[in-house]
Amino acid sequence: MTVWIAIAVTAVGCYLVKYLGLSAPAGVLERPLVKRLAALLPVALLAALTAQQTFADGPHLMLDAKAAGVAAAAVALVLRAPFLLVIGVAVAVTAGVRALGG
Amino acid sequence: MAEQTEIPTTQRAEASPSAPLAKPDSAVIRDALGVGVAVGLSGFAFGVTSAGAGLSLLQTCALSLLVFTGASQFALVGALAAGGNPLTAAAGAFFLGARNAFYGLRLSAVLGYRARIKPFAAHWIIDETSAVTLAQPDRRSARLGFTVTGFTLYTLWNLTTLVGALGAGALGDTDAWGLDAAGPAVFLALLAPKLEDTVERATAGLAVVLVMVTLPLLPTGAPVLVASLAAPAVLLVQGRRERAKQARGTVRPAAAAAPPAPQDGTNESRTAAEEDRG
Repeated sequence: MTVWIAIAVTAVGCYLVKYLGLSAPAGVLERPLVKRLAALLPVALLAALTAQQTFADGPHLMLDAKAAGVAAAAVALVLRAPFLLVIGVAVAVTAGVRALGG
Repeated sequence: MAEQTEIPTTQRAEASPSAPLAKPDSAVIRDALGVGVAVGLSGFAFGVTSAGAGLSLLQTCALSLLVFTGASQFALVGALAAGGNPLTAAAGAFFLGARNAFYGLRLSAVLGYRARIKPFAAHWIIDETSAVTLAQPDRRSARLGFTVTGFTLYTLWNLTTLVGALGAGALGDTDAWGLDAAGPAVFLALLAPKLEDTVERATAGLAVVLVMVTLPLLPTGAPVLVASLAAPAVLLVQGRRERAKQARGTVRPAAAAAPPAPQDGTNESRTAAEEDRG
């Protein structure tokens, strides 16, 4: 039951922030500072999420096969590989390194 | 808002020669499908993770149908699996989802949807639909990109969540398959095209430092929010530099929000403090 409460709270909260962002009055968007901030915030968040999901195990930092996979994905991106291939490289290299490492 | 009447140009240099500038729809759809299919398929990893965390099939599918923002979903089942309090787990997931408000803020002007459509469109606002939509040169392409990415991703994400949850038992240890690397690779692929200039690179770099430093110290979800402070911090530094240059008369006024710089520079700390509230 408590899991359902968590699901309900998350669903409502996540929907509301999406809707509030989309429905904010146009005047808010006219301010150049808000525009620049809104453009730059996703950059900060995506960078943070990438780092967190690569190097974090709960509250602990770690370096494992996943880092090798993400590094390989970065190389694929530099080489302008298509989106699916980039993800595939990350998954395959991670699985490969884990297989080699036992 | 004025309709864009000029001939839209595709931003991608690698657009196929058979699809010239007059027909950008195919290019938009191709980009949208690429992202939608690739990310939609990673719902499989979520289904497997959620089932492995002990959530029922119905709970797992409800998350993908109703929350539909991957990072939040992963954060929630991760916290529940770790034995976290349900409300703390939900708070972490909510913090991660808060970034979608900023995407919505930007998409609102780009898409120009009427109030009746917004409650429905809002559900599809996530990293991937925002990235595709904001990469388009005009409103028509933006709406097309948003719709195709949103529809493809939502459908596939939910189908593969179901398949993943059903197949979790058969797959065994999903980490052995490297599926846990799909998430960060997706974020990296979305981030890469945004790292065009120094300001964006500085923001990304500072965000990574902030999240790594605060991860061991703060509860789930909070480090990512702290890292988002990199954006106003970098803007603040950039604004100060521009004002300093302007004061020396070496640079044209930038499109920043900063008021005309005081020539003597004595008010600099005051205006910087004002901007800091942003």
